Amino acid sequence: MNRRLFIRKLIDAIVLLAMVLVFNFFLFRVVDRDPLARYRGRSKLSPEQRAAIIKRFGLDGSKWDQFVTYMSRTVRGDFGRSFDSTKPVRQEILDALPNTLLLVGISTVLTIGIGLWIGIRAGWRRGSSFDKVTTPATMALYGTPEFFLGMLFLAFLGARLGWFPTGGVSDPAADYTGFAAVIDRARHLVLPVATLTLGYLGSYSLVMRTSMLDTLREDYLTTARAKGLRDHDVMRRHAVPNALLPSVSLIAIGFGFIIGGAITTETVFSYPGLGLETYEAIGNNDLPMMQALFMFSSIAVIVFNIFADVVLTFLDPRIRVGT
Amino acid sequence: MWRQLRHDRAALIGFLLLALFLTMALTAPLFADKSELRAIAGRDNPDLHPPNSEFWLGTDELGRDVFALVLWGARVSLYIGFLATVVAVVIGSVLGLIAGYARGWISRVMLAIDDFFLVLPFIPLAIVLALLLGRSPTIMALVIGGTFWAGGSRLIRAQVLSLRERGYVERSTALGASSRHIISRHVLPGVAPLIIANASLIVPGAILAESTLAFLGLGDRFSPSWGKVLDGAQRSGALTQNAWWYYLPPGLCIIGVVLAFTLIGNALERVFDPRLLGR
Repeated sequence: MNRRLFIRKLIDAIVLLAMVLVFNFFLFRVVDRDPLARYRGRSKLSPEQRAAIIKRFGLDGSKWDQFVTYMSRTVRGDFGRSFDSTKPVRQEILDALPNTLLLVGISTVLTIGIGLWIGIRAGWRRGSSFDKVTTPATMALYGTPEFFLGMLFLAFLGARLGWFPTGGVSDPAADYTGFAAVIDRARHLVLPVATLTLGYLGSYSLVMRTSMLDTLREDYLTTARAKGLRDHDVMRRHAVPNALLPSVSLIAIGFGFIIGGAITTETVFSYPGLGLETYEAIGNNDLPMMQALFMFSSIAVIVFNIFADVVLTFLDPRIRVGT
Repeated sequence: MWRQLRHDRAALIGFLLLALFLTMALTAPLFADKSELRAIAGRDNPDLHPPNSEFWLGTDELGRDVFALVLWGARVSLYIGFLATVVAVVIGSVLGLIAGYARGWISRVMLAIDDFFLVLPFIPLAIVLALLLGRSPTIMALVIGGTFWAGGSRLIRAQVLSLRERGYVERSTALGASSRHIISRHVLPGVAPLIIANASLIVPGAILAESTLAFLGLGDRFSPSWGKVLDGAQRSGALTQNAWWYYLPPGLCIIGVVLAFTLIGNALERVFDPRLLGR
């Protein structure tokens, strides 16, 4: 990959990260004038306690002083303490992170994989029975809020039919070990993963289908056919790689939506990850927690974007040579 | 344009669905008084009761009439959807026009702001803003509109960039026309169709976003939207108690209204951009 281009992308990403940090401070300290107004039990605080809390949360001094304190603490990985549990925010986030990585990781791979596959097939054979079934179905899924989908899964497949557990990550009553524990966890993942995957694959398949339709008109496909290539090879070697390009940039933006979807999905299934933490932080007005959660989700999307950019430069030689 | 839309079956379905929801929203006060939405209103009614002749869609966990909740929900959801779209379209168009028309550092700064808002995860940002600023439907609409403009601004910028290279705009510039004249007489008419098609695709996004925020507990207790009703169903255990009359109607309404706007938006895009015909 072009070295200069990579460095430029990296600088862009660093600028974006810096903007996230500044914006985060702006939101929670400038838009919100008095962060302590939401501290629970604030009315019972003595003046000394109040002063101690103000100091602990870095709320003393001018806005500039606060900004300096905030930046130096954030860079060192100190996000303060949760208003609710009073545990360090970093601890709360690290505890919840693995569950969310598992859920979002599996769902992202499935969403992109299945979404693109449907889009490619439907676009390549426009008007086929596959297209006629999947296109309206994905449009309907696209219009369905993922949490409603989750509620339906929970009510019918979980509560009524009892095929899958209705919440959590594992069965608290049973004490499984080894393989049985893995199976138990997998069973708890089925409905949340299905919710998140089906809730977001519509945008990928619809964009991929449109992109395939655009590619079908290109002259190089006629050329490829004229050379006598089999239909399948024309699709795999000539149509798909070119049609993929617009989808890759969508993948990066779409990842931000999947993160949003993880919040509601974890809420529906009481799945103890960062999404459920977000839901609880809303209910408890837990600003330090919310601030860190917002920062991490922004950073996740930016990192994912860099990744998509790198993939794109490998796929598209035009970018690699820097035209 | 209307002639083309009339023969578009998908658009027709979209307009019919939209008419249905608009009727619901406008006639809600005729069927149920607003006081029926208050928590205390259902104290004499059975809780989580299945549909019967008195309660067409049953009751919720407080004994309130779900039919009344869904009717009034249409009002709140559509109001927020429309207002948020107006806000997003105005911000997106103004910034897109400036970014496309200006040169040099202004254009670069605008592009950086746009990039930033495009990359920020939308739902977490809206959650933070709603948490900090308040939960009334109007504030909610401002929050959603204020975070939803980046994609539209990008589209409009691209269109402006292509418009200003056209012969008639260059000729106008050469003849000494002011920027104001060029923008109002040449650029705006060129981007207007794009703005309209884009707006009809922002509405469903805004309604989905509102329902998500309301579902997460950021809705207004006093004017419940469909998302807020779903939040109530989730919290009250209606899912495990099989109270389908409570959660199915608001959920299906959200899907219906989103589908209506998506069908209309896609049809408008086809009208304005004939290359898309036959998709």
